[in-house]
Amino acid sequence: MSSYAHHTTGEPIADTKAPEGPIADRWDRRRFEAKLVNPANRRKHTVIVVGTGLAGGSAGATLAEQGYHVVQFCFSDSPRRAHSIAAQGGINAAKNYRNDGDSVHRLFYDTVKGGDFRARESNVHRLAQISVEIIDQCVAQGVPFAREYGGLLDTRSFGGVQVSRTFYARGQTGQQLLLGAYQALSRQIAAGNVEMHARTEMLDLIVVDGVARGIVARDLITGELSTHYADAVVLASGGYGNVFYLSTNAMNSNATAVWRAHRRGAWFANPCFTQIHPTCIPRTGDHQSKLTLMSESLRNDGRIWVPRAKGDTRPAADIPEAERDYYLERIYPSFGNLVPRDIASRAAKNVCDEGRGVGPGGQGVYLDFADAIRRMGRDKVAEKYGNLFEMYERITAENPYEVPMRIYPAVHYTMGGLWVDYDLQTTVPGLFAIGEANFSDHGANRLGASALMQGLADGYFVLPSTINDYLARHPHRDTVDDAHPEAQAVVGETRERLEKLLAVDGDRTPDSFHREIGELMWEYCGMARSEQGLRKALDRIPQIREEFWRRIKVPGTGDEFNQSLEKANRIVDYLELAELMCLDALHRSESCGGHFREESQTPDGEAARRDEAFAYAAAWEFTATGTAPVLHKEDLVFEYVHPTQRSYA
Amino acid sequence: MKLTLRVWRQRGADAPGHMASYEVDGISEDMSFLEMLDTLNEDLILRGEDPVAFDHDCREGICGACSLVINGDAHGPERTTTCQLHMRSFADGDTIDVEPWRAAAFPVVKDLVVDRGAFDRIIQAGGYITAPTGSAPEAHATAVPKADADFAFEHAECIGCGACVAACPNGSAMLFTSAKVNHLNVLPQGSPERETRVLDMVARMDEEGFGGCTLTGECATACPKGIPLPSIAAMNKEWLRAVRKGPR
Amino acid sequence: MALATRTRTSAPSHGPHGPQGSRSPSFWRSTIGKKTVMAVSGLIMLGYLVVHMLGNLKIFFGADEFNGYAHWLRTLGSPFLHYEWALWLVRVLLLAAVVAHAVSAYQLSRLDIKARPVKYVHKRRRASYATRTMRWGGIILGLFIVWHLLDLTTLTVNERAWAGHPYENVLATFSTWYGNTIYIVAMAALGLHVRHGFWSAAQTLGAGSARRERTLKAFANGLAVVLFAGFVSVPVAVMTGMVN
Repeated sequence: MSSYAHHTTGEPIADTKAPEGPIADRWDRRRFEAKLVNPANRRKHTVIVVGTGLAGGSAGATLAEQGYHVVQFCFSDSPRRAHSIAAQGGINAAKNYRNDGDSVHRLFYDTVKGGDFRARESNVHRLAQISVEIIDQCVAQGVPFAREYGGLLDTRSFGGVQVSRTFYARGQTGQQLLLGAYQALSRQIAAGNVEMHARTEMLDLIVVDGVARGIVARDLITGELSTHYADAVVLASGGYGNVFYLSTNAMNSNATAVWRAHRRGAWFANPCFTQIHPTCIPRTGDHQSKLTLMSESLRNDGRIWVPRAKGDTRPAADIPEAERDYYLERIYPSFGNLVPRDIASRAAKNVCDEGRGVGPGGQGVYLDFADAIRRMGRDKVAEKYGNLFEMYERITAENPYEVPMRIYPAVHYTMGGLWVDYDLQTTVPGLFAIGEANFSDHGANRLGASALMQGLADGYFVLPSTINDYLARHPHRDTVDDAHPEAQAVVGETRERLEKLLAVDGDRTPDSFHREIGELMWEYCGMARSEQGLRKALDRIPQIREEFWRRIKVPGTGDEFNQSLEKANRIVDYLELAELMCLDALHRSESCGGHFREESQTPDGEAARRDEAFAYAAAWEFTATGTAPVLHKEDLVFEYVHPTQRSYA
Repeated sequence: MKLTLRVWRQRGADAPGHMASYEVDGISEDMSFLEMLDTLNEDLILRGEDPVAFDHDCREGICGACSLVINGDAHGPERTTTCQLHMRSFADGDTIDVEPWRAAAFPVVKDLVVDRGAFDRIIQAGGYITAPTGSAPEAHATAVPKADADFAFEHAECIGCGACVAACPNGSAMLFTSAKVNHLNVLPQGSPERETRVLDMVARMDEEGFGGCTLTGECATACPKGIPLPSIAAMNKEWLRAVRKGPR
Repeated sequence: MALATRTRTSAPSHGPHGPQGSRSPSFWRSTIGKKTVMAVSGLIMLGYLVVHMLGNLKIFFGADEFNGYAHWLRTLGSPFLHYEWALWLVRVLLLAAVVAHAVSAYQLSRLDIKARPVKYVHKRRRASYATRTMRWGGIILGLFIVWHLLDLTTLTVNERAWAGHPYENVLATFSTWYGNTIYIVAMAALGLHVRHGFWSAAQTLGAGSARRERTLKAFANGLAVVLFAGFVSVPVAVMTGMVN
């Protein structure tokens, strides 16, 4: 048994920034109480923003508009490529344009409940309040949302919510919102207010006297390491789903920025809360490099089934009706195929584990449109889902009008992230985390169309208000530069790590390690987790880490464009983060949202939450690699939404 | 499947380049083109050779990072991005030529990776609507006719991959520039900057060293998002209008 | 391994143009401006060619009518205009159009070639023949115009030059094998050039749209065919003895 699991529990942590009083007034009060920076003084302040997705792009643009000097980074060749661009469905906002009973309070309520009561009420309420302003802002920027014939904005319902509050731009809402933020950022780059460093990756955080003062970054083209100093550092570097190797994340999405910040003192909250999306295209073989999501809307008309018998390899059409198991309809008669994401995902895993999965490797279930085609006609189905069917056919070469689609769950989003207070500041003063990078507002499960809302709320509205308070209270008159021993130490460690990666010259590629850790995590820290499995993973991870440093092979040198080196360096961090995720999953011996512990189920096999023991956010403090971290609990208080057990049967 | 790849190799921006031949075996037709290159790179690393550098990220056809010219076609034989091209579009025993985007404005960084910063600078010149955060009116204050909204969306779909430039014999960026100009100029929100936007973006496009448009139509044929060729005529019209009226 | 370390001070790097610094670019400096010049000058020449072609067809009505038409062209606008003034006005306008067309074509071609300095190893052609031959076709037409003027306007190279008798001069040209060859090849080049050029000019001037694309293309093709057929009918008629 690894000693890593013997974590200790430290002082509890509390959010000291959210004001008291009625929840609807808290954001106003906070904005009023926060100190301001005189507009004339703002250009003297430099803010580093890492990442250019919805959160980072909108924050960089807005801070620059306010007059701050922004230095921004992205590892892609252009800020426009951040993975927010791939979000399909839409963005929620409590506009109540449909007059269907929606309100800020209802969006707040739905989000807290959807998160299975593991989110902070004051944050979620603020998110719901701001959602309304986001739509206004995006429309003003020219985001081409879907419109009705009268010229007004169209909305649709989404993810089991009873109101129609999701704004969308066909299946490319993320793209259009991201381009809006990118264009606002571009305007500030042209104005000289944002100094943009594309193809530059943050590799570490510089903390001086306990305060975040800068970063170490690597120019991915020349390999040059550079230091950048600022009065505050904002991480908008996204989630860590790529720990699992196969996920719907982009290939280069990674955890290095948040993990390095964690190692420098920022506590990491709820790392085990990962969302597994039920409708992804299954993997076709070992060559698979990433998974592609199919919109959840398909479950409205498709029926999910597997053969009744184990190892039935007949083509779908040859399996008679009586020998098919429409398992979601059987187990959850009232919700059927429309159960929430986590439940649909787990049920698919269960039938595949029983040996009844379909397709190569038995890792898939059918999503069948035959009934829908019979009922609505092929044309109607094509009108509704045509583009998705085409996408499916391009990837799988199977025609979903003729044979049922095959789907399987895949890692999609990480609710966990750096712990932040109401101001979105981490436990390192001067270090802020926004968007998917923080643990924020989704609790243990995120509702559909809420990720875009949160990223833009943080970037356009929350951070630009709260960072003023920090900058006004901490006017850094002393300048830090490369001569500072802390800066030298961080640069030295970074260089040493890269040199070591290049020096090993072993016999295994970076991808082979990434795949190995990913498979281990998927097996033991994926859709269903057990104490035994998690302990096994915790034993195995240090061994993989040891092997990594013995056998890794990184070709080329450090002072050139070297994609293998980039990859290997990210895996170093996955190998540590994976361990923390398993520990967090192990210690939380309840089931909630995306975290399902086999030991904690109701008699009919559903997730059993244990509020009396686990109504807290778990914030972990780093000690040393492979050494048990310290747990700090932030108790969650529910004054407005009363926790209830979910039931869908 | 067994394939012969002829891949452009170039160590750095100023280094000389050449086509290098590689054999890859055991390729499944379900692989994407990039997964096939992953397989090649795994082999190269284990053989102690430098893997082939190429840009890629989302691998679902929306980020616009991937950028390969395959057998002379930008993004290969299907109308999609390279990441969504699958090996079933090729036959066992094929020889496949893989080259980077070629244009003076897109200098090669390494192997198949090029610098597309010129696109960002075209957007910076005016591809935005000035709407500082907080200044926005209520979203429903201005209705946008559905036809205009659809026209805007059709052009806003551009992913900025640069296939249009790569396919154009003149290395012209007219289709890319026109997509953004048309997206923003048709909307009421974009109309105050309508003239300056098109004048500045076109001027920047020219300064970046892209060629002129000779209406060969190669750009629209290569575009994975189907930005239509008449988009260019629409921008020309905007430009001439702006020249007549002068920047407001 | 040596990894260089660099410190960035946070000096704002201003873009080449200020945020609102809208430059009003000179029309001619822009590629779209040059293309507009090309389109307008091309359309002027095209208009002239249509008239010219119709005038040529008068050859089918005999020497008197044809020579009379040629003479009328010189007295056009009389008595307000002096003898041949109208003709010279047209010639000046055409010369300006040719020069503008050629200069913009030359400059754009240079830009275009510079914008794609490295060619693909794997060659692949998809654009239509007419599109690909615009440059060479233009050069051929330029050379043809020189020969055509020396042949039938200044009569420098016409073997049986007879000033003031264009009908006879035309017959002289088309009674030589090289005269026919040069002419017919040039007219083929003209047809191709007009086919892509007219459509392209319409796009440049902003007349193209998804809705009108088919109409414009059909019109361009029709114009190309009519011009080619009209012009080539003369040498064909001479060769076959229909006109003598």
